[in-house]
Amino acid sequence: MKRIALVGMPNTGKSTFFNRLTGASARVGNWPGITVDLLSARIILGGTVAQVVDLPGIYSFHGFSEDEKVVRDFLENNPVDLVAVVLNATQIDRQLPFALQVARLGLPTVLLLNMADEARHLGISIDARRMAELLRMPVILLSAKYGNGFQSVTQTLLRALDSGTAHAPPDVAQTFSEDHQIETAAAAVMRAAVRVPRRLPENATTRIDRLLLHPWAGLPLFFLFMFLLFQFIFTLGKPMQDGVAWALTELRTLWLEPLTAGLPAFASGLLLDGIYSGVGTVAAFVPIIILFFLVMTLIEDSGYLSRVAFLMDALMARLGLDGRSFVMLLMGFGCNVPALMGTRVMRSRDLRLLTMLVIPFSLCSARLQVFLFITAALFTVETAPAVLFSLYLLSFTTALTTAVAFKNRFVSNEPFVIELPPYRLPTWRQIFLRGWHEVRHFLRRASKFITAGVVAVWLLTHLPTDVPAGGVDTLAGHIAAWLAPVLSPIGIDAQLSLALIFGFIAKEIVVGSLAAIYGLEGDALMGLMAQRLDWVQAYSFMLFTLIYLPCLSTVATLRTESKSRAFMFGSIFWSLLLAWLTSFVFYQGARSLGF
Amino acid sequence: MDSNLNLNSLKEGESAIIRAISAEGALYHRLVGLGFRVGKPIAVVRHGRFKGPLQVRIGNTDIIMRRSDAERIRVIAKTA
Repeated sequence: MKRIALVGMPNTGKSTFFNRLTGASARVGNWPGITVDLLSARIILGGTVAQVVDLPGIYSFHGFSEDEKVVRDFLENNPVDLVAVVLNATQIDRQLPFALQVARLGLPTVLLLNMADEARHLGISIDARRMAELLRMPVILLSAKYGNGFQSVTQTLLRALDSGTAHAPPDVAQTFSEDHQIETAAAAVMRAAVRVPRRLPENATTRIDRLLLHPWAGLPLFFLFMFLLFQFIFTLGKPMQDGVAWALTELRTLWLEPLTAGLPAFASGLLLDGIYSGVGTVAAFVPIIILFFLVMTLIEDSGYLSRVAFLMDALMARLGLDGRSFVMLLMGFGCNVPALMGTRVMRSRDLRLLTMLVIPFSLCSARLQVFLFITAALFTVETAPAVLFSLYLLSFTTALTTAVAFKNRFVSNEPFVIELPPYRLPTWRQIFLRGWHEVRHFLRRASKFITAGVVAVWLLTHLPTDVPAGGVDTLAGHIAAWLAPVLSPIGIDAQLSLALIFGFIAKEIVVGSLAAIYGLEGDALMGLMAQRLDWVQAYSFMLFTLIYLPCLSTVATLRTESKSRAFMFGSIFWSLLLAWLTSFVFYQGARSLGF
Repeated sequence: MDSNLNLNSLKEGESAIIRAISAEGALYHRLVGLGFRVGKPIAVVRHGRFKGPLQVRIGNTDIIMRRSDAERIRVIAKTA
């Protein structure tokens, strides 16, 4: 099978081109010599099947960024029959040297000048035929977003593949230096084949920036947008999640319970409450992930995310993060899982890891449910809002403390020099393809881990079989008793420790598990808890619940996104330590003050 | 004009010619990739608040960069 590699600078619409060429069939794959995920897809060209690989956007083949290394390693370790270079036609003057660098690799190359419609609009005229003669490679003008010029793209790719012979992998490092020659050659091609107006017309982007990057209005507008988008995702997501839960319950009562009725209680419990509810846990995230990436595609592809980096950098640089980290942290207050997946927009691995370390401290909507229940049980209506507010404040504080504590361990090697692309609206096609890719990615990578975790917790709370399920005599109860020396100094008793073990599956379960542990529900449960616990214990429990461990699905996502077990365990350890210390200081402090 | 002028010393809306880029490694390659070249005109579009980044424009590309990096780019004022 022939292989085509797509290369190009960031913000050239290379991925849009890839999606347009390959449709929804792209898969994430592993490649020799490469540590990051690359999207690839098989397409039918003429009568043959060709594989297209989307390499990360890079500014040059010489650089030292992770993406630049990935591209070099890929080309050195994987045979390629054709390189398709995607350039942004509106910036042809500075991007043309890149095409000449690619030509140096000695591989068959075609040059795709994307956003040709925008370039024409700006008055930039490009003589593709002349350019092709000078560069000795096919040159095509196209618009990947709207699909213009695609017929000649497929024809040209096919012709180039047919005439090209497979080359041995080039030694990419050899193409170092000789930049000066490339500059001169590029300038000659520019003179012969391109006309750029002396002064580009003031465009809509400049006018929009004047408002969105306004010295005073910029930040408030950013927070307003974030608030609206957050509301959009999570108010729309809730009924969708409820719908998924309803469908799963219906399926269970109508089909699965009758089917498993003949089985022993333990077996049907394992199947339904273990495996099936594990699947349900995974399914509950699907609507949120889709909505989240609808919004993220919009703010990323529109160009606004880079503006956020500009607005927030003065603050975030001090924390070792950048504005994009801040957006993900905010989104984490809805749900940590998509926020962690969203960190993929950051190209520096260290910056990404630091952001991923910080996100699990965001007080997500699942934790909020637990806190609403406990504050309702143990605090008066007047104090409850202050209690909740203090938890939000603490959530931010732990996140920022974590960033400061680890910023020297995760130092971004990526220079903070970022392009501000013009504002562009993504098409619906782009938005939905992205949502679809992300959901599939989540399901493929995380669902086994999550289901296994749910089953494990079910077994812990239901073995041995001759004691009341979920009680203090189960394995989980023994673990809770064994943890008593650690947890009693922070005011958490055996029943609450059990709830924490349940809470690892998903925080929503904490309240339900308390109901199972105490054998009471609703107001009766609140009443009993108010009798058993005082407010100091309850607050300490909430502090611990906030910080101790993100839910199982978040941990699964931490692992798949970082591709590192060590990172996942490190993050868990740090959260547990910070949670215990915070609760300890609070609980012992409050007690010694006589509360 | 003052020969020690760097990109940082330009005010919002001012433009100049790049005279030298004293950066190396990743920063240098990124700058070149984004179109920074000696002899090219560059304009400062706006300053970020609270000592935040600069937004600059080279040709048809808008770029944001931190002030510490902008300091490495020496410029000469455009003569009319």
